[in-house]
Amino acid sequence: MRNNIDYRGFARLVRIETLKMIYKAKASHIGGAFSMVDLLAVLYNGILVADAANPDNPQRDRLLLSKGHACTSLYATLALKGFFPIEELATYGQDNSRLMSHANHKVPGVELSTGSLGHALSIACGIAVAAKTKSERWKTYCLLSDGELDEGSNWESILFAAHHCLNNVVAIVDYNKIQAFGRTNEVINLESLCDKFLAFGWNPTEIDGHDYRQIEQAFLTKTSKPMVIIAHTTKGKGIDFMENSLLWHYRSPDQAQFEEALKQLS
Amino acid sequence: MRTAFVQQLVEEASHNEKVFLLVADLGFNVVEPFAQKFPNRFLNVGIAEQNMAGIAAGLAKEGFIPFMYSIGNFPTLRCMEQIRYDICYHKLNVNIVAVGGGYAYGPLGASHHTTEEIGMLRTIPNICVCAPSDPVESRKITGMAVEDASPFYIRLGKNGEPVIHTADVRLQKGTPLLLKDGKQIAVLAMGSVAMDSLDFVKRNNLSAAVYSLPIIKPMEKESLLALFKQYEKIITIEEHQASAGFGSAILECMNDLQEGKRLEKAPMVKRIAIPDTFTYIAGSSTFLKEKNHVTLKKEYFDTIT
Repeated sequence: MRNNIDYRGFARLVRIETLKMIYKAKASHIGGAFSMVDLLAVLYNGILVADAANPDNPQRDRLLLSKGHACTSLYATLALKGFFPIEELATYGQDNSRLMSHANHKVPGVELSTGSLGHALSIACGIAVAAKTKSERWKTYCLLSDGELDEGSNWESILFAAHHCLNNVVAIVDYNKIQAFGRTNEVINLESLCDKFLAFGWNPTEIDGHDYRQIEQAFLTKTSKPMVIIAHTTKGKGIDFMENSLLWHYRSPDQAQFEEALKQLS
Repeated sequence: MRTAFVQQLVEEASHNEKVFLLVADLGFNVVEPFAQKFPNRFLNVGIAEQNMAGIAAGLAKEGFIPFMYSIGNFPTLRCMEQIRYDICYHKLNVNIVAVGGGYAYGPLGASHHTTEEIGMLRTIPNICVCAPSDPVESRKITGMAVEDASPFYIRLGKNGEPVIHTADVRLQKGTPLLLKDGKQIAVLAMGSVAMDSLDFVKRNNLSAAVYSLPIIKPMEKESLLALFKQYEKIITIEEHQASAGFGSAILECMNDLQEGKRLEKAPMVKRIAIPDTFTYIAGSSTFLKEKNHVTLKKEYFDTIT
């Protein structure tokens, strides 16, 4: 891996801060926030051109969090990277806080407000067209949930990106295989997801979304087509009683669960 | 109006390299002058309006001034959430253009009758909602949409609408444009029914004034206040459902002025709009307007009570 970056250590801190936010705010969606932490750790420490001192730097890479409900771990990541004071995380979900429970573009480093699923990939395509038109070299990343691929709008943009060879778009599917009512293959089966992207003209890569080496390697792949990283992940990753459980799509930990989770992360 | 729109857009794009045009596979024989002159700033996204709205948002986020063009309800109702959340919430300079406002595509049926979108869009913060009545207003609003950083919705008729404004017009948001001077009664029209109204008033030698109000949102309360004080009766006319449309906006404005003690005595208001109904038969625009009572009648001008 590049420069021996401590992705694991960073991811651990992100999970701790995320846990604290969700516990304090009695909020939902910890499962989906935890499943994408390792992806964020690699993106923000090894891949993205991101400038905490100047979040709007025109030369930055753009990351759109399409699964806006999982914003806690993005907020934690951005705070840990210095985009805003880490103390502010304590205001998450509180009255008058900009840290609302779906991604808010008023937060430094958050490109786009999201929360309604199936929106961001189209916007990523528009940003990518803008970059190509201006001959810019930065990339646009779009982090999606698996369940949101049920939304037809995504497939409109998947067609579009391939047709226009938007190889400056990287989609990442956090494939934790659990959505609001159950397992994705029981609600609306996405399989074979890889074959679908391939058939649509994308360059798909399947990885273990918790293996830092695989994540890093996937992001460093050069491609002439739009690329999708299908990251097989575990919902609630990092806390044994939350892992792979539908309950933790909704549930907020009580005090005992919070303490146990914190112990596991520490 | 659509030709005037495209001509103006070409003109704008000639001196502003940020202007971009997106279409959702509609606009054949209309948008070519732009597409040929600015191939790098034109995209047909395919029949995918939600994606078009998102792409437009992305382009605007990166500093372009995209216009997204389609017909009827497709660039609005089909992608209303993208308009609300991606475009308006983020205050992006995306300009949505729909050809075929009201019953312009009459015989094509209810799928193509654009009769609810003003009401829906009018409730969304940050967007400027427009329905020009003639090619002159169409050009002016197009230019304004480029200059103004807020999102715009521009409802156009179809094509071949006559020019109403023979002289240059000074267009301001929410300000009525006088088409014919008059007394006691004023007809306020939104969109292409302005011409119908002007014709009717002239044909019948009525003393009423006629105004076009091509920018419905935001409303400019001060100029409307002057109008409410000047006339005893206001007739609003629109090719739109009566709910939440143009007439409703006028009534809201009037009520706000009364509540704020700016207006002592409100004029009587007669609203002419589609009475909460769909159409299940074929018909030309003229036929459907007649059938659904979107026409002026002499009796509206008879007495003032």
